[in-house]
Amino acid sequence: MRRFIERRPIWSALIFIVVAVLLWMIFAVWPDWLKDLIGRKKVFLNALFNGVTLGGLYFLVASGFTLIFGLMRNVNLAHGSLYLLGGYIGYSVSTATGSWLLAFPVAFIVVGLFGIALQYLVFRRMEGEDLRQTLVTIGISIVMADLMLWYWGGDFYNITPPDWLSGPVQTFFVTGVKRSSGDLIFLKYPVVRLVILAAAIVIGVGMWLLLNRTQIGMLIRAGVDDRDMLSATGARIQLVFVGVFAFGAGLAGLAGVVGGTFQTVAPGEDIRFLLASLVVVIVGGMGSITGAAIGAIIIGCAEQFGSVYMPTYAVVLTFLIMVVVLAFRPQGIMGRA
Amino acid sequence: MADITTTPSRRRSLFSVVEDFESSKPTADIPSDDSNLSWYERISPAWWVLAVVLLVMPSIASGFVLNQIFGWAFILGMIALSLMFLAGYGGMVSLIQMTVAASAGYMMAIFGESAITAISLGWPWWATIPISLIIAVLFGTITGALAVRTDGIYTIMITLAIASAFFYFTRQNYVLFNGFSGFNGVLPPMLFGVDWRDPTAFYYLTLFWATLAYLAVRYVSRAPFGLALQGVRDNPRRMAALGFNVNAHRIAAYAFAALIAGIGGILLTWQSAQISPGTAGIGPVIDILVIAVIGGLGRPIGPFIGAIIYVVLKIFAIDILNSLGMAGDRFQLLVGISFLLIVFFSPDGILGLWDRWRESRGRDRLTGEIQRDGDG
Repeated sequence: MRRFIERRPIWSALIFIVVAVLLWMIFAVWPDWLKDLIGRKKVFLNALFNGVTLGGLYFLVASGFTLIFGLMRNVNLAHGSLYLLGGYIGYSVSTATGSWLLAFPVAFIVVGLFGIALQYLVFRRMEGEDLRQTLVTIGISIVMADLMLWYWGGDFYNITPPDWLSGPVQTFFVTGVKRSSGDLIFLKYPVVRLVILAAAIVIGVGMWLLLNRTQIGMLIRAGVDDRDMLSATGARIQLVFVGVFAFGAGLAGLAGVVGGTFQTVAPGEDIRFLLASLVVVIVGGMGSITGAAIGAIIIGCAEQFGSVYMPTYAVVLTFLIMVVVLAFRPQGIMGRA
Repeated sequence: MADITTTPSRRRSLFSVVEDFESSKPTADIPSDDSNLSWYERISPAWWVLAVVLLVMPSIASGFVLNQIFGWAFILGMIALSLMFLAGYGGMVSLIQMTVAASAGYMMAIFGESAITAISLGWPWWATIPISLIIAVLFGTITGALAVRTDGIYTIMITLAIASAFFYFTRQNYVLFNGFSGFNGVLPPMLFGVDWRDPTAFYYLTLFWATLAYLAVRYVSRAPFGLALQGVRDNPRRMAALGFNVNAHRIAAYAFAALIAGIGGILLTWQSAQISPGTAGIGPVIDILVIAVIGGLGRPIGPFIGAIIYVVLKIFAIDILNSLGMAGDRFQLLVGISFLLIVFFSPDGILGLWDRWRESRGRDRLTGEIQRDGDG
């Protein structure tokens, strides 16, 4: 942090100013000229919150993707299908048992097991053959998409959260002042989204701790840096591979349940989330968990602000961010050259 | 922080790591000892037979077969050919080719005539076709310039992301691209007094352009530019040391591929008389890769073989699936499984299977040497 400030004083100052302005916009009561300029504060705050929670969802999907890529050099283009599979399983479990919480472990375990099967049956047989692995994952995603369409049909499903999570909660963010009484109006926001955002943060921090503070994490990081050397020292690299693949796939399944709760589960979502994780890891930097978090928040916010303030060009905004990052920092924000 | 990233030494070019693709790596086959023969003697008889069969096809096949099977297969084959050129000779697997094709089709609809008169400008064909191609080539080149900043597996991801952005953008934008429904009534011009909508005329039109594209790719692959491109594919560092501008060669390859894809896109728009976001949706974008891989990235003829198989599968899927006792709408399953099987067992596609079969047949039983006859 300090080294970054010393090396890039201008960038640090810019980031500092942007953060300060953002904080002021979040916490202050907006003066009239700002309201005239970009509309009501409630809209802005809602877009920001939606963007951050969407970023949390993207992070859950993309972190598994980037972890698998970082360790195994394996671009798993079936990652979106794993997400959708998790969503469908979560829907089936929650409608069958009536328990929303039960959907999470079941989706995690089932999709994780599926990931283990993929690693054993497919990727292990073609280790180091990047292009072939990519093509095979494309084939798997085509087949999976059609099988899921066959079994679950083309309907839109929504996973309903339990009662204690539904409905809005009053937050401490001020959106304005009541004209009649002078009381402050506070933002109301769905509880379930806040809970999910908190869960995403907990998972992210947990992953960071696991990678940086435990022996397993040390093995994984060593494998990322030099796979051959790690296996030469006697570490059971195949076990690490299987574990990471299962964990990454399980995270995608978990994210499927999350996505099914605040959006929908439907055919086509697999491609959408594959694309989202691609853009997130391209922007954030391949193989970096921190990068995935930064990229996810940037892309989530870009999508939400785009759809609020310039509806027809929302996609272009996301795309522009990717192009700018590619043009100035091809390896991504947190990627190493 | 928990950075899991590539170290430079691990970032190898796509094809140098892929041992299984070694055999599919195309090389320009320059004729050696038969240079005293005249040009038509150097072409193997199989090609003459194929040419004659294709030329007399309209007299034996129905209009449906001509337009829906052959016309469509030639067009898809051209677009897949542009991918084969990039992947085979340049080592860059680009998923942008269908999107480039669709952009040319959209420009035809926007500048030329369509049923959406509010947007279409109604310019004559001699203005719209060049403009559409120029815009498509520009689009392909700019995408290429972005994609060559990274290499290998990243190229797939970046081009896929750009292709999806194009799809979502055209679906959302109503001012220019007419949103979800796109344009219909985009018809070929009545040129030389021929109705190019007629199946026979359209068949010859697509056959002509497909042949031209095939010959152009073969020519470029043996020209100095193509040879340099293959050098860049095999060892970019050495080519850079020799004084070649590696990135310029790659970007130029994207431009050339975009031209072929653009022509294919215009024909595709005429064939179905419409263009919509679905034309370049994620499915069709991946289908082009499927076509190229099923046929084989080894030689320019591969994509056309793949396209014929794909089109026949797609049109007769219902019958095939019904005969297997399954519902007719499981087409994607059929395509996906055949794609998986091919990638799993023969990474260099049908052409690879063919080559291996010929090799095993042509092998001398005593010495084990391979006798080569003609080129395929």
